[in-house]
Amino acid sequence: MARRETWAAYGFLSPWIVGFLVFLAGPMVASLVLSFTDYDVLTGAEFVGADNYRTLFGDPRVRTSLGNTLFYTALHVPLTMVVSLALALLLNRAGRRSAGFFRTVFYLPTVTPKVAVGVLFLLLFNGQSGLVNQVLGPIGPDWTADPAWIKPGLVLIGAWSLGSTVIIYLAALRDVPRDLHEAAQMDGASAWARFRAVTVPSISGALFFTLIINTISGLQTFDEVYTAFYGSANQQTYGSDAALFYVVYLFQQAFQFLHIGYASALAWLLFGIIMAVTLVQVRLSRRFVHYGGG
Amino acid sequence: MGDRGVRRGIVAVLVAVLAAGCGGVGGDDGGAGGAVTLTMMGFGTGDEIARTRFDAANARIAPGTAVASEGSFDAQQFLSAVASGTPPDLVYMERRLLGTYAAKGALLPLRDCVARERIDVAQFRPAALAEATLRGELYGLPDFYNNRVLMINDAVVGEAGLATDDWDALAKRAEELTVTEAGKLSRIGFDPKIPEFLPMWARANGAELVSADGRTARLDDPRVAEALEFTAGLIRAQGGWAAFKSFRDTFDFFGARNQFASGQLGAFVMEDFYLNVLAENSPDTAVTVAPFRGRDGKPVDWITGNAWAIPKGGPHPEEACRWIATMTDSETWIAAARARAKVRADAGKPYAGTFTGNVRADEVIFRDVVQPSAAVRTVLETQETGFSLPAMAAGEEFKAAWQDAVNRVLDGRQSPAEALAQAQRQAQAALDEANRGS
Repeated sequence: MARRETWAAYGFLSPWIVGFLVFLAGPMVASLVLSFTDYDVLTGAEFVGADNYRTLFGDPRVRTSLGNTLFYTALHVPLTMVVSLALALLLNRAGRRSAGFFRTVFYLPTVTPKVAVGVLFLLLFNGQSGLVNQVLGPIGPDWTADPAWIKPGLVLIGAWSLGSTVIIYLAALRDVPRDLHEAAQMDGASAWARFRAVTVPSISGALFFTLIINTISGLQTFDEVYTAFYGSANQQTYGSDAALFYVVYLFQQAFQFLHIGYASALAWLLFGIIMAVTLVQVRLSRRFVHYGGG
Repeated sequence: MGDRGVRRGIVAVLVAVLAAGCGGVGGDDGGAGGAVTLTMMGFGTGDEIARTRFDAANARIAPGTAVASEGSFDAQQFLSAVASGTPPDLVYMERRLLGTYAAKGALLPLRDCVARERIDVAQFRPAALAEATLRGELYGLPDFYNNRVLMINDAVVGEAGLATDDWDALAKRAEELTVTEAGKLSRIGFDPKIPEFLPMWARANGAELVSADGRTARLDDPRVAEALEFTAGLIRAQGGWAAFKSFRDTFDFFGARNQFASGQLGAFVMEDFYLNVLAENSPDTAVTVAPFRGRDGKPVDWITGNAWAIPKGGPHPEEACRWIATMTDSETWIAAARARAKVRADAGKPYAGTFTGNVRADEVIFRDVVQPSAAVRTVLETQETGFSLPAMAAGEEFKAAWQDAVNRVLDGRQSPAEALAQAQRQAQAALDEANRGS
């Protein structure tokens, strides 16, 4: 019986396993092999050993793009988490009907194509006539053209897609034991103290999950940046270095300059960075993530 | 039929469907009477010019036919098709890209095609042919011919005019025409259109960005740095890059409230297609077209455009050759221009003409089909002096190198000489690598 159930489980899992092998594991192995070659797709690959890796460590544009990406991620992740949590707390207090409405409102932008978000960025954040600067007035900077403000602008437009994080927090908040709050309240704990000592530990698993997911998505940011600064006919000539993100540079190397081998090495460096950051986060999580029943 | 038979039938159908689906983008020979179906990338039939030429080329390969791809050239898609062994029969791309793909052996040289179809190469403009010729081999048949001229907003600039041959006077005039209200730009006096038009400014200052054979970068030529210093200075004097770009991005470029109609721009250097945009959207706005002149007073017209090429390994190279020969032939262009003129006349709208890479077509179009306006006559005269950048084995990297250099200058991070010196190193390394062994 157990053996039959095991085979049944494999049967149900097989579409995912096949998909994983064909569309993820296979290309990853191919990419790893290609990262040790000089390959342009059109002619045969030539083995070059670790040359691509040596080159990327001396490539100033790798440093620039990596610096931009880390800067963006360092701002994007906390902003997304804090704003999402604030919205989720508000939604958690709202009535059932209005909560459903606002949950939809917050989630809808998440399904907007990233390419459209890139175009939206140019419209909303235009220093001359954008809606954001119409609100800010004379203190509004040139978000789309001033190198000092391009990344902060992109961080703000990145908040466009925080809906899914809000939904995760909301689900977690709904699971916070009510009796703990009531006990703390009876002990005279303030609202802030209850939030800090009861709510946050109770949803720490969700916080940790979104920390990892948002960090990875931040490090892989591509679509909206490429659309805004490199993709369209009007913008492609102004690829400010402030908007040179790591995956944008990787894409350029692969499909604009046909350096597939070098781009593969860049991809593996990013993979290593994501692994390292995630491992650090996992290690640190032991100090702040509370697992119920543990 | 029992269960077993049903299962076998389903498996057979699935195998057949999968086999058909794995056909890739390559053409098939399954048409009526063994007629071929040509596949292509990068070409759409969105207007009467494209449709007329497309139909004429299809008629030439009847009973075979070609299927338009309806989308611009996508390098990722093209590479995937080539890598999977299913290249299309035809590809339509910017001429500047041809060199890179040709150097890597992805395109067929057209020598045999030209001989077989008796294509008269003399009908094409030399500058367009130069863009499609790498190491003496022709890899593409030229299509459109995009000229760049000076467009002046008469209402803003007035009778005093504006010219590009005296740089000191131009800088002074640009500043006079620029308007700032409440600390924000409300009019740009003169837009030099950099980074994109740097090759033109370099030429205006007597310099070339690259040697004639496309192998040696000349980005560190002091005259290029001088041209960049001047153009970046124009922008600095008109509010600085951030304000300049932000304001430029607000233009209703393809609409009725475009920068000329709304008085937001005094003058700029632009491709000729924009004359049709203005004629369509703001026909009452007076615009003077003048040649962009170098410092020696002579017209400078940097031309670009697309070309038709045949990927190596494409399944039907002979039919593909016949198809592109017809597509780019002077008679086909003339028929297309007549179709456009009729559509425009029926709609009561003007037609400024179509600038092709075909000398003979232009002669007839602007003599028999279109009555050239003063602006169009200027373009026609200017295009006789047209120059192009030569085909390069690392064209994209070369372009990225100088454009990034201009951006670094506009961002205020490097001086023109520093930025171009860095670009020179990057561009030459890319060219050397791409030309290795050839």
